[in-house]
Amino acid sequence: MNAKLDRTAARTADRNASPGSDTLWKWLTFSPAFAFMLLFSALPLINLVATSFQNVTWTGGQADHSAAGLSHYLALPADVLFRAGLVNTIIFAFVAVGGQAVLGLALALFTTKVTRGRTIYRAIFILPILIPGIVIGAIWKLMLNFDFGLVNKLLGAIAIAPHDWLGGSDTALLSVIAVDIWHWTPFCFLLFLAGLESLPQDVFEAANMDGANAWQEFIYVTLPLMIPTIVVTCAFRLVLAFKVFDEVYLLTGGGPGTSTEVISFTLYQRFFTEDQLGYGSAMSVAVIFIVSLLLVFAISAGRRFEGAAK
Amino acid sequence: MSGMVTTPARHIAWHLILAICAVVVLVPVVWTVAAGFRTQISLLMGEMAFKPVLSNFAEVLFSKTSDFLINYRNSLLIGTCSTVLCVSIATLGAWSLHRMRWRAWVVNSFLGWTLIFNMMPPVALASAWYTMTRSVGLDNSFLALILAHTTLNLPMAIWLMSVFVRDVPRELEEAALMDGANTPVLLRYVVLPIIAPGLAATSVLTFIFSWNEFAVALTLSTKQSATVPVAIAKFAQDFEIQYTQMAASAALSILPALVLLLVAQRYIVAGLTQGAVK
Repeated sequence: MNAKLDRTAARTADRNASPGSDTLWKWLTFSPAFAFMLLFSALPLINLVATSFQNVTWTGGQADHSAAGLSHYLALPADVLFRAGLVNTIIFAFVAVGGQAVLGLALALFTTKVTRGRTIYRAIFILPILIPGIVIGAIWKLMLNFDFGLVNKLLGAIAIAPHDWLGGSDTALLSVIAVDIWHWTPFCFLLFLAGLESLPQDVFEAANMDGANAWQEFIYVTLPLMIPTIVVTCAFRLVLAFKVFDEVYLLTGGGPGTSTEVISFTLYQRFFTEDQLGYGSAMSVAVIFIVSLLLVFAISAGRRFEGAAK
Repeated sequence: MSGMVTTPARHIAWHLILAICAVVVLVPVVWTVAAGFRTQISLLMGEMAFKPVLSNFAEVLFSKTSDFLINYRNSLLIGTCSTVLCVSIATLGAWSLHRMRWRAWVVNSFLGWTLIFNMMPPVALASAWYTMTRSVGLDNSFLALILAHTTLNLPMAIWLMSVFVRDVPRELEEAALMDGANTPVLLRYVVLPIIAPGLAATSVLTFIFSWNEFAVALTLSTKQSATVPVAIAKFAQDFEIQYTQMAASAALSILPALVLLLVAQRYIVAGLTQGAVK
């Protein structure tokens, strides 16, 4: 008690001995990060908003800007690609992240049951997280190939007719979602495993003494304790899922038709294939707005769920 | 969990489920790497047994028409430079924000902004970056990509380093200052040794994310500065897809990740879990 008091006294007396008093270094250490975010994130965003009210045409490598008012924003709702992209991205994000959360949690629970080989399983399960998205696309372009892909071959072995997974508009989006689940379930698994390993053990012992079976233990003990980790992980994954680009670029290129058109891909086409800078900027601003809105909604829904579980 | 009596039969069942999952994870990767050792005909014919050939790797690495070695060098260069830059800036910034008595609104609005920035699709920013780099004559240069990757990874690095920096005991920093250390000495001899494992974890992840990044590399790079993912995407877009060469280059591109998984798994796990769990 006395020692604690002494330390508090020493701390108040020696305000000068805290790192915060060195004003020069206070600024020197923070300014690079600040400058970077200002120059390369805030400035481009301002640039983007400004461009969204303009028509940009290129004449001989020189950009001509003219005022466009709100016309780009007003054209958005009628844009078939934009609507398809938005709908597909939302379906993609929620189905894929939902699947990853369920599978990842199951996998993490199974892993906690075994004591031997846990590190080996974990090392294997982490692998997909580290592979470039474009390579994930390449891997599954080969795996899902109609003629020689392993998936159709394995299905053929159990007498199921081959299917053009990526070429058929009925299965293309589903295939992309399945690939994303393969890619990112390991991430959910890893975070859930870390969460499970850090749970207090005495609650489980109490549950066991009260005679809870495995299912009851999961529903009434594990799940409520894991909700915070699950919410954070899903929010993190949703942010990434809304930005999906690499896999789609390689697997389907948005096709067939608009069945796998995702919003990042629409943006890419408007900006870089069609050179519609003004319109593309307006679309970007709209997307950023919609994504933030959806996330606020998803996180507050998660919080409410968390509150209800407690 | 530990209190439960688990029968051997149950134990075998758990291992069986986990082994099946491990197979589901490994088979696509192994099958693709194997495809890199096949001839195009063998792959298209769908033979299960094949005689491994090295022609795809030779073609990808050493043929005159292939830039893959240059792409590899570019990815290493951009990954290394942006990682050093990003992690240095993030560490100093995180330490400053948490230990230099900034006003709460400064800390919150800066960290809040990094979160919002992280939500934006990189493609949306890429166009703005493209026009910006072009207007200052930085287009087609490595510097543009290095700066872009640094910026993309900065939010994650700052959040991660914040976790590690907060673990440094305040008493230790104060004691060092009372002993007459100035801020650079404090950072170098007190803070740095403590956060070193965190620094390693953040660096490994930042490098991997830069190595894997595609959308911005696609839009900001040219033939000379193209990275590995951009090169692999090219294989898939050719009129006649060179499947086996695509597989060979895919196999080569996951080598750094495999090496890091073997030598730095601890740091990868720490980096991926710290940010979210704490």
